[in-house]
Amino acid sequence: MEIFTQFADWLVYGVLGLAPATPLSGALQFFVEDVGKIFFLLILVVFVIGFFRSMLAPERVRKMLGGRNRWFSFPAAVGLGAVTPFCSCSSVPLFIGFLEAGIPLGVTMAFLITSPMINEIAVFLLISTLGLEFTVVYVVTGLVVGLVGGLVIDRLRLEHWVEDYVWKIRMGETALPEGPHGLRDRLNYALEQVREIVGRLWLYILIGIGIGAFLHGYVPAEQLMRYAGPENPFAVPLSVLIGIPLYSNATGMIPVVEALLAKGLPVGTVLALMMSVVALSLPEMMMLKKVLKWQLLVVFISVLAVSITLVGYLFNAIF
Amino acid sequence: MEIKVLGGCCGNCDTVMKMVADKAAALGVEISLEKVTDMAAILGYGVMSTPGVVIDGKVVHAGGIPKPSQVEVWLKG
Repeated sequence: MEIFTQFADWLVYGVLGLAPATPLSGALQFFVEDVGKIFFLLILVVFVIGFFRSMLAPERVRKMLGGRNRWFSFPAAVGLGAVTPFCSCSSVPLFIGFLEAGIPLGVTMAFLITSPMINEIAVFLLISTLGLEFTVVYVVTGLVVGLVGGLVIDRLRLEHWVEDYVWKIRMGETALPEGPHGLRDRLNYALEQVREIVGRLWLYILIGIGIGAFLHGYVPAEQLMRYAGPENPFAVPLSVLIGIPLYSNATGMIPVVEALLAKGLPVGTVLALMMSVVALSLPEMMMLKKVLKWQLLVVFISVLAVSITLVGYLFNAIF
Repeated sequence: MEIKVLGGCCGNCDTVMKMVADKAAALGVEISLEKVTDMAAILGYGVMSTPGVVIDGKVVHAGGIPKPSQVEVWLKG
């Protein structure tokens, strides 16, 4: 990824002739480098995955999880949640479809928690920008948060807090159209995926890079450390709270995380912020409100917020 | 030909509606186009990931925007 750094240096310091180490040139350099790097990686990854079509359809996941016991379905739900893409508009039909197939509420919730947090696109981008270590930590804790959140909701037996109409819906037999065949078809499909996914994500990513660039250039590390550093015992719950109303997808958070870690903020605090922004968000809550009574929505948010906070503290203590 | 586009909120569904309408007009195929947003109805078709496309009561597509060439095949068939 050296080439993107060189290009950004060349453009900002050479062509534009800005002096190094000023807030503006620092922010601009970060912005140019990350736009090049992240969009290049995104297009590459989406194309390759589209070509091999490793993506699972939610309809298939529903079949796999239906009628299994919890020992199988809980780990399977978080695992499949990580590899199944669906747009947030689909979370309502998905929720109803899962329950209708007899999949327990807790398992369905576990799937809904993990799916936005972990996906193969974010994983590849995390590895190439933040390294393997952070990626493994992020993925493992994401799976654990999904599992714990689902298990707690399962234990509490909150089925009566699901909207009544949900239980009355009957789902038709799924007749899934077939996937692409042959090289040409696959190439076309992959290109189509690039168009669709980049089209959906680019704005989040640009905003994320903008925030990252601003943090990088204009926010002094000492100031950030004073508020969110290890000295502040409430930094972790605070980042979780800040993250709840904010929404971005995992990919868009990468540049922000990159800038915060570079400033020296503790890994657990940054992790908590990222998970809170990605997994807990107003649009998602409004979507889920259509199928959950408010009591269950409150439980859902609380369980997630608490487990993300614990994860944050844990990693601050370890690293 | 009776075509229904299944989907709730996201812009994708409108994109599909427009795609089908434009293609049909270009090919001169007579269709009735309808958008289905009712969850019970969408799930009734066995579709969980939207947008989905139903032609004469049969699900031909689910989960994403179909390819233009695909739409052409449906309309000609």
